[in-house]
Amino acid sequence: MGAYLTRRVLLMILTLFGMSVLIFVMLRLVPGNIADILVDSAGIVSAEEKAKIVGELGLDRPIFEQYLQWVGGLFRGDLGFAYVSERPAIEEIAPRIPVSAKLALLALIYSVILGVPLGVISAVRQNTGLDYFLRVMSLSGLSLPSFWLALLILMASVQWFGVIPIYTNEPRSLLDEMLLLSVPAAAVGFRSSALIMRLTRSSMLEVLRQDYIRTARSKGASQTSVNYQHALRNALLPVVTIIGIEAAFLIGGLIVTETVFNIPGVARFLVEAILWRDYPIVQNLVMLIAFIVVTVNFLVDMAYMALDPRIKYAD
Amino acid sequence: MRKGLAIVAGMFAAVAVAGPAFAQKQGGTLKVTHRDNPPSASIHEEATISTIMPFMPVFNNLVVFDPKDKINSPDNIVPDLAESWSWSADRSKLTFKLRSGVKWHDGKPFSADDVKCTFDALIGKDDKTKDLIRKNPRQVWYMNLKETTVGSPTEVTFHLERPQPSFLSMLASGYTPVYSCHVDGRAMRSKPIGTGPFKVVDFKRNESIKLARNADYWKKGLPYLDGIEFKIVPNRSTRVLGFVAGEFDLTFDSDITFPLLKDVKSQAPNAVCIARPQNVRSNLIVNREKEPFDNPKIREALVLAIDRKPFSDILAQGNDLVGAAMQPPPAGVWGMPADELAKLPGYGPDTAKNVADAQKIMQSLGYGPDKPLKVKVATRNIAIYRDPAVILIDQLKKIYIDGELDPIDTTVWFTRVQQKNYQIGLNLTGAGVDDPDVMFFENFYSTSSRNYTGYSNPEVDKLIVQQSSESDKAKRMKLVAEIETILNKDAARPTILHNVANTCMQPFVKGLTLQDNSIYNGWRFESVWLDK
Repeated sequence: MGAYLTRRVLLMILTLFGMSVLIFVMLRLVPGNIADILVDSAGIVSAEEKAKIVGELGLDRPIFEQYLQWVGGLFRGDLGFAYVSERPAIEEIAPRIPVSAKLALLALIYSVILGVPLGVISAVRQNTGLDYFLRVMSLSGLSLPSFWLALLILMASVQWFGVIPIYTNEPRSLLDEMLLLSVPAAAVGFRSSALIMRLTRSSMLEVLRQDYIRTARSKGASQTSVNYQHALRNALLPVVTIIGIEAAFLIGGLIVTETVFNIPGVARFLVEAILWRDYPIVQNLVMLIAFIVVTVNFLVDMAYMALDPRIKYAD
Repeated sequence: MRKGLAIVAGMFAAVAVAGPAFAQKQGGTLKVTHRDNPPSASIHEEATISTIMPFMPVFNNLVVFDPKDKINSPDNIVPDLAESWSWSADRSKLTFKLRSGVKWHDGKPFSADDVKCTFDALIGKDDKTKDLIRKNPRQVWYMNLKETTVGSPTEVTFHLERPQPSFLSMLASGYTPVYSCHVDGRAMRSKPIGTGPFKVVDFKRNESIKLARNADYWKKGLPYLDGIEFKIVPNRSTRVLGFVAGEFDLTFDSDITFPLLKDVKSQAPNAVCIARPQNVRSNLIVNREKEPFDNPKIREALVLAIDRKPFSDILAQGNDLVGAAMQPPPAGVWGMPADELAKLPGYGPDTAKNVADAQKIMQSLGYGPDKPLKVKVATRNIAIYRDPAVILIDQLKKIYIDGELDPIDTTVWFTRVQQKNYQIGLNLTGAGVDDPDVMFFENFYSTSSRNYTGYSNPEVDKLIVQQSSESDKAKRMKLVAEIETILNKDAARPTILHNVANTCMQPFVKGLTLQDNSIYNGWRFESVWLDK
């Protein structure tokens, strides 16, 4: 187990290194840099002024040197200066991370709380009216683009209640913030909950047909006990995998939701930074996302062991 | 007719919004939507309303277009940091007597040195000021400024190479605030210091811009508002819904298109929406250095092919205005009258004849229905550019030009145009001041950095300088019309339409006069108050 863990950690470091090279190179392959954009935003200035900006930002130095400076800074905790705001990148990124983290966590909780129980209900009530209804709902969750759903929620809210649940002022308390974020979290979590529900349902149906379930029933175990203690635990393995993947993919969903609900989170900020080719912001944020994805994958693998004692990772 | 009604209605609404001058209430925070993240807070370094609208309240100019008047013209320039001004007998020196006792937001005193420092930086004269401004998109505005000298702490003189009556108009623009000498460029781009009615509290990128009342403002009793909050909401649907729900008091300038206006009025019937021209025009750009558009005949055909009415009908429900480069009257001070305009090629009412003439030209060059000219029509990849470009492509088909839309990433649009890496394209051009000097020097003078189609006509250059030096308005207007005629003949960025759009506010927002011939002026907000 110890050797396995060491191997996994080394692999994580290697993956992150590969990601850093990929991010760095890909960003510079995209046409235009910050100097082009600053010049463009001014509707054109002279070539000398553009060259001055390039020089000031160090974009004229060899690419390898720029890479080493960035990675070296990462190890020292120095994320560099944002090109657009000319402030330390950490000051731009840090306040936005908790906002997105809370939104992602709420969306994930929403999708699990809805997806798993409804998946179980749909499976145990297979081919009933309730099952059909839940399946149609889950299909709609998978089909509706989250930006459309988000806009629909906003329009309905304005039309029926005369208020708009968007982030305009900083919430005064955590409760206020959670209430404010609950609506966008529902919009972004709806798709994930539908996916989790469908997977839970199919996984449960497969498990419910197993011999040991029949044995449990014949021994007089209650339906609830059969469903939740015997079946669900074994059905959860693929569901946990998909929850892990969804946790990583939520970042993608957040971009749209943060834009529509005007949430000053990290996902919307990343898109803006990409548009401005603000390399220090983009590089560090994408690395952060890569780190989260790699860590979540690792945690999912560990969760397998907890859920199924038969799973052992060999040294 | 409809467009006329809309403008008149807008004017009445503007008067209603401006309200009586005796009932102002102090206090409150004005909440305004903002469409995007301003590139920076430094007005001198940017060329966008995204910077001007939130940061103009932070500064003062030497002089300013009367904020109570909707029309910016040389006749309604009023003092700001300058108490008075005078021209030398040969009209090559402009001396300002400055106010005393004015302080910057950090408490330091304002003086004539600050004025000199600002304009030295703008003409790149002094090495000490080189860090104040990193880029200078309006360099051409100051090409006639030789130097600025300080007579005393309250007196400053601008020395011009030649007489230029419009120089005062350019100083009155929202684009020409006076910067402080003791603050560096980086600070001016992120949290600028000014002498204006509002101080910058916070500029959170992609989030908000918060301004607070300057209690030490030199105009006693002003401003009325405690603060202004610009919320950056990139999604237009969210912005509009937020306004309808009462979350915002004022929309971003000209953010409400005519199709959207219907929605706003149906959901927020009390909202005051003002339709007005923006002095932003859509125009056709032609790469005259590359075949086949190096041929003047084919450029002539392009000019004839533009049928302006469908553009206006489709994009603005018939409200956009027909004009040449200068904004047309009544809001435009220097535009050609409709009857004169109709004499220019392509502007006549008989569009079928125009197209037939263009077809004949194209046929004489060997093109026809069976042998169309295939071109790429480049444009910035934003809806307000793309939509007219699509209509343009449709109209070009009639003259045997088979256009394909080439949407260019917005971040590299001007770079691509400057590199002449296009055949023809559709562009939008805004004028910081409704003045021929601004329009012609910026966009058509052969050595201007913003003349990015590379148009060069010595005769036009000469006429541009001639009209610029002319102090008689009637004579100048004649020269302007002459220039417009040549530009149209040369297909130098022929204008398609002058845009008209709506700005909406809640009925309790008072004292805001929107300017009808430039979206870049009139955003000081010092007389705005909330009647609630």
